[in-house]
Amino acid sequence: MVCDLCRDGEAVIQLTEIEGSGVRQLHLCEKCAAERGVETTIGASKPQISNFLQTIHEQMPGAKGEPAQCSFCASTLADFRATGRLGCAHCYEAFESSLRDLLRRVHGNSKHIGRRYVAPLPSELPHVSSATELRDRLKRAIESEQFELAADLRDKLRGIE
Amino acid sequence: MLDLSLLPDGGASWLDASGEHADIVISTRIRLARNLEGYAFTPRARDGERLRILTQVREAFGSLNTIEDGVLLRVDELPAEDRLLLHERHLVSKELAGLNEQPVRTGAAVYLSRGVGIMVNEEDHLRLQALHSGFHVADAFRVLERLDAELGNKVPYAFHNEFGYLTACPTNVGTGLRASVLIHLPGLVLTKEIGKVLAGLQQVGLTYRGMYGEGSEVVGNFFQISNQTTLGRSEGELLDYLVRVVRHVIEREEEARRVLLRDAGYIIEDKLWRAFGTLRYARSLSFDEAMNYLSGVRLAVGLKLISGLSVYTLNKLLIFSQLAHLGNSEGRALTESEANVARARYVRETLAKEAE
Repeated sequence: MVCDLCRDGEAVIQLTEIEGSGVRQLHLCEKCAAERGVETTIGASKPQISNFLQTIHEQMPGAKGEPAQCSFCASTLADFRATGRLGCAHCYEAFESSLRDLLRRVHGNSKHIGRRYVAPLPSELPHVSSATELRDRLKRAIESEQFELAADLRDKLRGIE
Repeated sequence: MLDLSLLPDGGASWLDASGEHADIVISTRIRLARNLEGYAFTPRARDGERLRILTQVREAFGSLNTIEDGVLLRVDELPAEDRLLLHERHLVSKELAGLNEQPVRTGAAVYLSRGVGIMVNEEDHLRLQALHSGFHVADAFRVLERLDAELGNKVPYAFHNEFGYLTACPTNVGTGLRASVLIHLPGLVLTKEIGKVLAGLQQVGLTYRGMYGEGSEVVGNFFQISNQTTLGRSEGELLDYLVRVVRHVIEREEEARRVLLRDAGYIIEDKLWRAFGTLRYARSLSFDEAMNYLSGVRLAVGLKLISGLSVYTLNKLLIFSQLAHLGNSEGRALTESEANVARARYVRETLAKEAE
């Protein structure tokens, strides 16, 4: 079936128009339907993350005085720019001032005013070996070629073992 | 094959059509993102770290008082069909189920109890979520708040004095709270008001998505409305605000339905009965087709044009007519065309039973 309006495109939409007491059926191609303001599909809203990634690229040059990498997980700001994900909780301290600016742009605010949290005392928690934790961090530092950090972690690990 | 009926609530209490405005709001979901101290965030963590996180929280799950005995599923050990099944049932995210571009992560797991779940090794170490039928924000949050407090006493969360609960993605930091309602807005779509309403949402700091979250298409006039920001407002403020705006959207939807009935009564009636007729007799239905006709029938039930059909049945049809659910009840994975036939049969039989 061809479009009732342009007589050219293939009719893909059936539009029922109500004018006064009369009703008419129109068969429209996608283009004519769009021109009459009929939305043929409603796209999903743009995932917020794409805007967010753009914000990171444009607005995060890295503040002065910030370390090149996080001392816990060896992530860099470049890693963050590439993935939009921080490496670990310590990254929030390592890149604090850059993040503060970013958070202001994303959330309109950088200060948490919701529930406060106090972690349970270490003595109340099941024991987690700090040597295992250090070994993970050491491997990650070597993989991302952060050799200075790796040497530092190796020393700490030797101290424990 | 995974048998979801073994879960404490069959993994389906959120479909029972209880709760306010259940014909318009299918469900309310609230989640809190939490991370454990001492490990890299999930995307950067090594397999061994994620497994240790799982061991650590698994112990804590065993002694929770706030929720009834739950079931822990190792998502990373499930075949693809079962992971899809969990996702279709809204019990795990696409990311946890490994249905995005990334394969499922070692250590991915979910702890499920009545109306509550805890995803482990999602983008954040923990995603606590409550899922309720209808428009039920306060109740959903009450459960979650207690669970969060108890769990936070058993494992140390990463928390920052200024930034709040720390998350892998800074868009979740602060409260870590995302509340969303799954809402059916055919009236606003048919009266072409929907564009304005959705644009309005974005202006007031809320966002909308399709039924399956980020990046999913809007099918069958089902939308998910949720808060966009998580920092700088308290949990209570974020929730109150969402409730206020969603109430307004519900009013607009009801108004649109009145206008439709008034100005185009028989055309609407004809369209909706045709949708019902197709569902009642079709021999093959694609997923999108089924969703669109179900949307029509749901509207007809809301307008009281069709009686004797419960919202619970409509909810079930929406979820159980999906690919992995059909495969699960047939006992084998189905091809698309097999699924279309199975879907039409399932819908036909369910509607016939309800009509008796």
